[in-house]
Amino acid sequence: MPRLLFEKKGNAIWVSHLDLMRIFQRAFQRAKLPLKHSQGFNPRPMVSIALPLSVGVDSACELLDFELDGCAVSCNEILQALNQNLISGIVIREVYEQGRKIRDLSVLRCCVTLEYDQGIPNGAKQAIEKLFSQESLIVPKKTKTGLQEQNIIPMIRSLELQQIDDNILQLDAFVCCQNPTLNPAQLILAISRYLPDLEPNFSRCSRVEVFDADGKIFR
Amino acid sequence: MTQLLQRILPTVQKPARYTGGEYNEVIKNKEQVRVRVAFCFPDTYEIGMSNVGMRILYGVMNEMDGVWCERVFAPWDDMEKQMRAYNLPLWALESQDPVKDFDMIAFTIGYEMSYTNILNMLMLAGIPLRSKDRTELKNIVFAGGVCAFNPEPFADFIDFFALGEGEEVTPEIIRLYDLAKAEGWTKDAFLLQVSKIPGIYVPSFYEHSYNEDGTIRQIIAKEGAPTVVTKRIVENLDGAYFPTKMIVPSTEIVHDRANLELFRGCIRGCRFCQAGFSCRPVRKKSAAVLLKQAVELLEDSGHNEITLSSLSTSDYRELKELTDEMIPYCEQQKIRLSVPSLRADNFSRELMQKLQTVRKSGLTFAAEAGTQRLRDVINKNLTEEEILTTCANAFSGGWNNVKLYFMLGLPTETDEDVLGIAELVFKVINTWKEHASNKKRGLRIHVATAYFVPKPHTPFQWEKQITPDEYLRRCRLLKDHFYSKSIEYNYHAPDLSRLEAVMARGDRRLCNVIEKAVQNGARLDGWDEFFSYQAWLDAFEACGVDPDFYTTRGYGTDEILPWDTMDVGVTKEFLLRERNRAYEEKVTPDCRYGCSGCGANALLKEVGCDA
Repeated sequence: MPRLLFEKKGNAIWVSHLDLMRIFQRAFQRAKLPLKHSQGFNPRPMVSIALPLSVGVDSACELLDFELDGCAVSCNEILQALNQNLISGIVIREVYEQGRKIRDLSVLRCCVTLEYDQGIPNGAKQAIEKLFSQESLIVPKKTKTGLQEQNIIPMIRSLELQQIDDNILQLDAFVCCQNPTLNPAQLILAISRYLPDLEPNFSRCSRVEVFDADGKIFR
Repeated sequence: MTQLLQRILPTVQKPARYTGGEYNEVIKNKEQVRVRVAFCFPDTYEIGMSNVGMRILYGVMNEMDGVWCERVFAPWDDMEKQMRAYNLPLWALESQDPVKDFDMIAFTIGYEMSYTNILNMLMLAGIPLRSKDRTELKNIVFAGGVCAFNPEPFADFIDFFALGEGEEVTPEIIRLYDLAKAEGWTKDAFLLQVSKIPGIYVPSFYEHSYNEDGTIRQIIAKEGAPTVVTKRIVENLDGAYFPTKMIVPSTEIVHDRANLELFRGCIRGCRFCQAGFSCRPVRKKSAAVLLKQAVELLEDSGHNEITLSSLSTSDYRELKELTDEMIPYCEQQKIRLSVPSLRADNFSRELMQKLQTVRKSGLTFAAEAGTQRLRDVINKNLTEEEILTTCANAFSGGWNNVKLYFMLGLPTETDEDVLGIAELVFKVINTWKEHASNKKRGLRIHVATAYFVPKPHTPFQWEKQITPDEYLRRCRLLKDHFYSKSIEYNYHAPDLSRLEAVMARGDRRLCNVIEKAVQNGARLDGWDEFFSYQAWLDAFEACGVDPDFYTTRGYGTDEILPWDTMDVGVTKEFLLRERNRAYEEKVTPDCRYGCSGCGANALLKEVGCDA
């Protein structure tokens, strides 16, 4: 199945996963690229997005699988046509004729920005680094059935902390994103749970890149 | 540091409704804009973006050189709390600029119970509520929509109202404002000039005085304002501006599909229906134009559904020609075609069959009254036979779900009429037993009753509303006569409909009440989770206004009515004649059978009424 790589930035980050599917379905329709429809009583155009992205998170590495209904269009033409029909903030970066199996997708590089309006507290960087170098770090995770406590340390492949300016600290982490999944927002939860004095005034996450288990970029 | 709004957005539900940025949103260069209009819809984004009128006028204004129209919606309460906590003033979606930076602030008012939202939005924008407290030309507040047909309860807050259809009058208003701004007119000078545009009502130019019994003694027009303001209409809909490049919301809205209007006006004359009279005369779009616009709309938006809208779709003369063309196009493009408001006649039944090739939608009858006698009184010419024949067809075709809508408290209604509803429902059940193709699935009948609200500009504009207690008694009476488990009966609490009745026929003394209700916390009244009846009752009490004066009292036919200044085309004589025929239980045939002389054709200069 063909796959496209797109980014979701700016105000488009406020669009939910389901709404994003609709946006793509309409963009394909506007671009006169008819999508294959599901069979059955209520046919729906077939598009699927690899890892649903939380509302408010930006990403440079979203993957969408689609299938056109019987027309041969080159990858480049699809890219051009779709980009003319999408909303600002959503940009197709690449179109591939065939994507790898989604189950091989395993690691996400993410970035978490911590904003301290009164300046970064003294010793914050060291304290946070120490927190994530523990052997176990239990953090709640929202699941369909409710909150579940989870040890996130085994899911963190690597984590670096950088001071951007007087007010901003940035976590750059490689985390498991499938079986099991660590939601980057859990890194922030860990800080507010165990280091309440270092809870930032505002924080946000972004997805940077996705990899397979061997560290190769996943497409 | 991340901007305040960006910090708030993660904390609220559905943040995409506050950010703009949708496909086809209009962005202009502020340097080249002379007049900025904040077009406000007094409800949430999901409701407002479903409104076709707003989309048309957004297009009309943005077509104008030097004018930039942006959208503003009422925030949901989670966002409102954050706005108040952080002093974040109400903003427009396109530029994200505060509403108070705009030249003109326009509201479309389609529902009486959105008055509190308007005041709340002005408060959130930091704009004085009362017209007299806004002294500058900047921030002029004007409004249109069906509530402008009796704008008196809101007269103190709005600088001027535009009556009727907005395609032509809106550019006239804005061009005048453009001139006024360039030449530095005062607000008063502008209001004086704008009152000369046909269809414009400037409430402050009219003085209302009252008799001892509370009825209106006199309405005096000052400053040369017209004694009667006649609504504006578009005569030639084929030639009228219609935007085929419409905003495609990025988040799901209530009517998330393309929408094409077939015609305006209605030939039926159901005596309770405000739209049926106030939207006259009948003007249609031709099938050729509609088809072209449908294709353009669908190609440009990428929607997978289109709805054909009007007050009574079966009455569109070229419905067959249009659907014969549209059905194959939609099937080929995998687009759903929905045709609501069909009557229970033969052609409509055939059409429904054709449309059902993809998906079965529900079967809904707005029978409104339970007996033929009462249906004759209200001039709803839908017979029991038509309902049962359509049901029989549908049941044998595999449907097993029917919705039936009624009103309680209609003029002349007796307990016999109420029980007539139970009897009709019983007959529908029997029809199902006789005709159902698959009885295993069972039958669901949803029955809903609404509390009748007399509306201005209808033959029932003088009628009494029954008391809330009497309404509830009739609901219970009906409920006690539903024996089948297949019936699901819903009736709304009467509170909201009582207030709606007050506002619909209200006068200027209600302005204080509305403002007080907002101070008491009333807003989002149309949403069950926020509606507070007590906030309103306290406001009436505090202002010394008796709601019953506007509801159960009834209006005398010789009384000066608050909306006498507004002319929607139909004459008072016609409405009185229709009222008398209602009491005589006489139906008035539809306009196509013969003109009943409502007077609305006098609004037409170039074409005749297309009834």
